[in-house]
Amino acid sequence: MNSLIPLLVAVPLAGAALLLLGGRALDRFGHWLGTLAAAGSFGIGLVLFAEMLGRPTDQRPVREFLYSWIPVNGFQADVAFQLDQLSMTFVLLITGVGTLIHVYSTGYMAHDERRRRFFGYLNLFLAAMLLLVLADNYLLLYVGWEGVGLASYLLIGFWQHKPSAATAAKKAFIVNRVGDLGLSIAIMLMFVEFGSFAFGPVFGAADDASEGKLTAIGLMLLLAACGKSAQVPLQSWLGDAMEGPTPVSALIHAATMVTAGVYLITRSSAIFDLAPDAQTAVVAVGTVTLLFGAIVGCAKDDIKKALAGSTMSQIGYMVLAAGLGPIGYVFAIMHLVTHGFFKAGLFLGAGSVMHGMNDEVNMRHYGGLRKYMPVTFATFGLGYLAIIGFPGLSGFFSKDKIIEAAFSKGGTEGWILGLCALVGAAVTAFYMTRVMMMTFFGEKRWQPDPETGEEPHPHESPKVMTLPMVVLAVGSVFAGALFTYGDAFLKWLEPVTGFEEGHPPIPAAAVTVLTTVCMLAGVGLAYTMYGRTRVPVTPPVGSALTRAARRDLLQDDFNHAVLVRPGSALAATLVWFDSRGLDGFVNGLAATIGGVSGRLRRVQTGFVRTYALSMFGGTLVLVATTLLMRSV
Amino acid sequence: MNPVNYLYLSALLFTIGASGVLIRRNAIVLFMCVELMLNASNLALVTFSRMHGNLDGQIIAFFTMVVAAAEVVVGLAIIVSIFRTRHTASVDDSNLMKL
Repeated sequence: MNSLIPLLVAVPLAGAALLLLGGRALDRFGHWLGTLAAAGSFGIGLVLFAEMLGRPTDQRPVREFLYSWIPVNGFQADVAFQLDQLSMTFVLLITGVGTLIHVYSTGYMAHDERRRRFFGYLNLFLAAMLLLVLADNYLLLYVGWEGVGLASYLLIGFWQHKPSAATAAKKAFIVNRVGDLGLSIAIMLMFVEFGSFAFGPVFGAADDASEGKLTAIGLMLLLAACGKSAQVPLQSWLGDAMEGPTPVSALIHAATMVTAGVYLITRSSAIFDLAPDAQTAVVAVGTVTLLFGAIVGCAKDDIKKALAGSTMSQIGYMVLAAGLGPIGYVFAIMHLVTHGFFKAGLFLGAGSVMHGMNDEVNMRHYGGLRKYMPVTFATFGLGYLAIIGFPGLSGFFSKDKIIEAAFSKGGTEGWILGLCALVGAAVTAFYMTRVMMMTFFGEKRWQPDPETGEEPHPHESPKVMTLPMVVLAVGSVFAGALFTYGDAFLKWLEPVTGFEEGHPPIPAAAVTVLTTVCMLAGVGLAYTMYGRTRVPVTPPVGSALTRAARRDLLQDDFNHAVLVRPGSALAATLVWFDSRGLDGFVNGLAATIGGVSGRLRRVQTGFVRTYALSMFGGTLVLVATTLLMRSV
Repeated sequence: MNPVNYLYLSALLFTIGASGVLIRRNAIVLFMCVELMLNASNLALVTFSRMHGNLDGQIIAFFTMVVAAAEVVVGLAIIVSIFRTRHTASVDDSNLMKL
């Protein structure tokens, strides 16, 4: 019995409750309270991590039963936590990056009058996300799953006075609902098939289940993952989610929440390993998304939306790796962690740039900022080198392994996946170099504020913001090397996810060289297009593909035409039927009765003698009838 | 004397009472007409008792008297209170119950 595990969730939850219910009295120091809750959770995580390292490998996973949640005959839902190596990795990532972003937010949100509420939501998110990764059954995981969805909704729409932010929040919530439906159906299928939804019994019984059932469960889990992790076809909400404050984009929509889908697939490895068709679907989704996101990222002028496209693409890599089975799980999680570092760092860098540029997000209005923001430039630069997979930095190790695993899939499929992943690596290098060049290099293209006419005066952000960026940059540089040194990460996660050595059709070294060449090609192309030549302030018309990519490859138009229009038409028809058909019938009936009653009412004159007469009349009729009946 | 003559008298009294109820407006007169009708029916009941040679009709006549006495008590009280508040004893003036 380890009483520290529930505290991991309880501390940020208490922080959220205190901040959201505490009222204005907490306004002055509420942000530090929230940061303290996050740091406390991180501290507990570190203690648990040290304890876990101290135990031999087979005793590392611990399970803690807290209480019976819904104890009905044959339906046992427990509030129980499971802390194994996979959960531990997530706990450290969530609380670690979470704490850094809390610290950053104290600076970024310093002038927002609703700051206390913001930190309350952030703490709520941490609690829900920790519940998600610590749950030992799917139902409790679902609670966390919905909790992060709620926190994401609240934080995307944090600046709710902006209609665009309010709409984006609703969009994210509704699109996620589609995925959540998948998860709830998967849980129901599990309960029908296995009589339980706890990890242990489900994975234990998976061997005996029919492949068809497992495929159905797997596909529903994939739908859930698509919603939460912004994978095709449920990807459309992530770009709009950038309406939220930048620390939110860094924490929720880059480092942690959007990776929940990868966690779900990896956690359910026992199901996916036995359902090859579902795995194929996972791989297909991952591959399509990694190219989709990369293409979108190339065309966006909004720095945050370009990074959002990149997030989508990188999670595509993770989903691809997770779909490859035991040869990929470990690398999916490794890329997830390194991505958590460098992408959070890149977003914080973007936030720092916006902070110095009057909240300008258009990269065409940046340029030459490296002299004005040296720390931001250095940390963003290191994150940039990490994400494109520059040899020696963390992205290099994790992405290279995924591409290798993709080739190892074998056969034509392996070649297709591997080549797609290679192309993705080249495109990643292209769009990230583009972001880098347009923001920090070239000539100044600064524009005055359209409302106040104020010229921007770019300046370095305060220490409280740059410090987390520096820490994340250090992580981006060294995490990969640390994880692969002596296969440390592999040995750490293998007991949970299993591992199979992949055998790529070409030597591993050749894959590494190819990846590096692709990366350099992407960098070179972007340098000639955006570094050597002037970047126009007004975007050129561009090719058909560019125009489509600017509109997120027409995903919204597609959704609008295929889902929204028929949906609205159906609703309009139903409304017409309801108001004309049903209401007409009911109203007509009521009107008829009302009219008849109005006539009948006249009979009631209020004169006693009239009533007496009617009584006499009635009596006469009765007597006459009786006599008549008798005589007959 | 032929007992049927009492029945004729009873029917006559009842008709006078009924037409009084229907025609007159004064509540007191109305009341007296109701009493007339009740007593007409009493007369008929007693006559039937005599004709059939048992006591049933007489017993019912006693019931009727008790009911009539109770009715007078309640009814007169209502009439008096209406007269006090509205200064009229005409039944046509008390017509608030219509819509």
